[in-house]
Amino acid sequence: MRILLLGTLCTLLLGCIDEPNVKLNEKNQGLVYCAEANPMTFNPQVTTTGSTIDLIANQLYDRLISIDPNTAEFKPELAESWGVSDDGTTITFFLRKGVQFHHTDYFTPSREMTADDVVFSFDRLFNVYNPYHFVGDATYPYFQSVGLDQLIQEIIKVDDYTVQFKLFNAESSFLSNLATDFAVITSKEYADILVAIENKSQFDNKPIGTGPYKFKQYLRDNLVRYHKNESYWKHPVAMSQLVFDITTNNTSRIAKMLTKECDVTAHPSASQLSVLSKRADIVVDKAENLNIGYWAFNTEKEPFDNSLVRKALAHSVDFKKILQAVFYGNGQVAKSYLPPASWAFSKQNNMPTYNPTLARKYLDMAGYKEGFEMTIWAMPVSRIYNPNARKMAELIQSDLKEIGVTAKIVEYEWNTFIERIGKHEHDSVLLGWVADTPDPDNFFSPLLSCTATFSDKNPANWCNPEFDLLLTKALDTTDIEERKAFYAQAQAMIIDQLPLVPIAHGMRFQASSKEVKGIDLKPFGGISLANARKQ
Amino acid sequence: MREYLFRRLSLLIFMLLTLTAFTFSLNYLFPGDAITNLSGQVNSSYAQSQALADKYKLEENIIVQYGAFVGRIFNGDWGYSLSSGQPVFEHILLLFPATIELCVYALAVAIMFGIPAGVIAAVFHKRWPDNIINSLTLMGFSIPIFWLALLLIMVFCLGLGLFPMSGRIDLLYEIEPLSHFILVDIIAQSFPYGGLAFIDALKHLALPTIVLAMYPTTVLIRFTRDSMLNVLEQNYIKTARAKGLNRRQLILHHALRNALLPVIKQIGLQFSTLLTLAMITEVIFSWPGVGRWLIESIYQRDYPAIQGGLLAVSVFVIFANMFAEFSHTLLNPISRNQAHGKI
Repeated sequence: MRILLLGTLCTLLLGCIDEPNVKLNEKNQGLVYCAEANPMTFNPQVTTTGSTIDLIANQLYDRLISIDPNTAEFKPELAESWGVSDDGTTITFFLRKGVQFHHTDYFTPSREMTADDVVFSFDRLFNVYNPYHFVGDATYPYFQSVGLDQLIQEIIKVDDYTVQFKLFNAESSFLSNLATDFAVITSKEYADILVAIENKSQFDNKPIGTGPYKFKQYLRDNLVRYHKNESYWKHPVAMSQLVFDITTNNTSRIAKMLTKECDVTAHPSASQLSVLSKRADIVVDKAENLNIGYWAFNTEKEPFDNSLVRKALAHSVDFKKILQAVFYGNGQVAKSYLPPASWAFSKQNNMPTYNPTLARKYLDMAGYKEGFEMTIWAMPVSRIYNPNARKMAELIQSDLKEIGVTAKIVEYEWNTFIERIGKHEHDSVLLGWVADTPDPDNFFSPLLSCTATFSDKNPANWCNPEFDLLLTKALDTTDIEERKAFYAQAQAMIIDQLPLVPIAHGMRFQASSKEVKGIDLKPFGGISLANARKQ
Repeated sequence: MREYLFRRLSLLIFMLLTLTAFTFSLNYLFPGDAITNLSGQVNSSYAQSQALADKYKLEENIIVQYGAFVGRIFNGDWGYSLSSGQPVFEHILLLFPATIELCVYALAVAIMFGIPAGVIAAVFHKRWPDNIINSLTLMGFSIPIFWLALLLIMVFCLGLGLFPMSGRIDLLYEIEPLSHFILVDIIAQSFPYGGLAFIDALKHLALPTIVLAMYPTTVLIRFTRDSMLNVLEQNYIKTARAKGLNRRQLILHHALRNALLPVIKQIGLQFSTLLTLAMITEVIFSWPGVGRWLIESIYQRDYPAIQGGLLAVSVFVIFANMFAEFSHTLLNPISRNQAHGKI
């Protein structure tokens, strides 16, 4: 009897397994991307954090125009074409027809994308009367730090498919700023509905865009789930599902690649690349990238307001050793603030070199013969420009001990970290920047201008009117040679004043399963999974 | 029996009071503003912080504040997490089932293997099965579970590729969270993805369960063995043997029930250790439970979350202990005569 019972049970269980499954295929049509941090928001307009932009910008949204990574020319996206007036102050965009916003369980659009949506998206950033302007503390770090709010005079809807931007003055980087991952087009219809039901904060948490994937689910510390946008205007999307597996630990991400729990992983650390490249079923891509990893000082705080102290600190650290230990030969020593691949790069001859005696002399001159105590904030995630900030901080710590400076390493969870850096709670911080456009201004205005200080972006807390004037002059002209000259002066000034010490430019790595195709590494901006497919 | 129940319940209430008082005092002991620790609202405007002070009765004396705190706890208003901005109570509701699920499976495995092994060891006292079980137990008892976990991951996940190393289920399977118990949910949705999701969930469960079950299994083996040996020494067993009962009848009908009584109590007591170990297991296997969340919150200095997590875990442990004691009493008439409650 017992055997009979057992037998029946077994058949029953097996019955479940052997059932022909229609949905089995669906699993293989999904892609798991192992990401290094939780998204801070689902609206790229309100953040500049790279780990968040990677997850949301190119997946959920589209911009008016984009920049071709190979030719560095502008490409039409939601705008089919555009024209710039002779004086450069009026830019007219002619929008694409038939673009649908996402159909989700929380919003069903009744109309296509029109000029209203474009006007609304940019109006939110600059117009204090826009009902959404103050949602989420009214911080639009990118736009504020590059001063777009001071530049745009008016955004006019000419007709349903034509939008005109009127500027106060011509600026050479305007179009490339509109091509960044932050300048996305959001739905006005959705915004109006949320105003009506008095739930405006949902706008940035449950996103509606026009991009290749649409939002489905977000579980903090666990996953972000997108479904494919069946009516994507650009091309059919191959993956039915896109899941971001949030794995903050570097080693776990590598291990998950090995166990095939991830199809693609962000920023595999250089020390573990050899493990991955041994496997035949894993492909490691390597690409040059416009970025800079730096060590920034809080120049408003004592003793870092003294440039001699900053010089002393810069000369006390052996960056060559750091590059070996942290980048494993996969980074370039910084020879200026800009990476060599940028067209405005000018090599600086007086880059600080490792020289403890000189460092001691500077400290002496500054009146800190006895040394002092300071904090080094090390970011907890691995980014292109700094794969292991913790290790770097430890090396710097031991070098600083040589000149009598006692450093304490401070670590926080990534999003908290960014927030506190924005409030300038640090003494010094190891951070970096990945370019959003090939335009060199992207390295300067969002990071080191005075407006950046006010919008919580400037990690050096450095506001130098002379420097700002150089940046403005460089933007006022469209002549490449003139701009080059201004940026060369700006770079020289950074090395002279050292609000931050440029350390290195990293290479962008990405590990993916062999069957995953169509994910290209761009030299700037966030990752795009629109064309991802499995073969 | 009524008096017994009354005493146990009053003990429970007293315990809960002490616990809430401790949790409440954390608001003042943690660094930062008490108001931020209580509510989880940072940088609130003047009007907002006035409203909060009003809500949390910060102007009143400490007893009134505590009263308001307990009231909020019962209403499910546990403040907002600093890092996510979501209500803490919602996080706990979402995450606790995953932890309980893991603990229950681990305990089930421990009972399934621990008790029979203990009985076998006692029955074959000082012979080879006893020796083998004893030495294995000692080994299992001494292995730190984080090391065991990493070892299993090395061999079965990275080496052989048999099991996944993180999470509850392959993320591409979309399971509607009804009860938040993953296996229950899959069964309730009548095996989506042709049963593959169920098998996948079992695979995800395997290693964490084994790791977590290791410690309670060894404890149960030792306990069952000792208690069984004790019972076998009793006179009534000797009498039964003298009357000519065979070994099987003797063990199954006479010794086992009495030997298991202290073991049942022990199972309840294991729950607090189990929850602590579950936190370690959750971190290593990225199991989305309350333990991993709590540790993450500590790392992020998310005080409202730490507070809520501690409270939830301790309340659960207290209730589990109480439950074990009740069931022990129901099965064992002798302990009902104990007049005073014990923890």
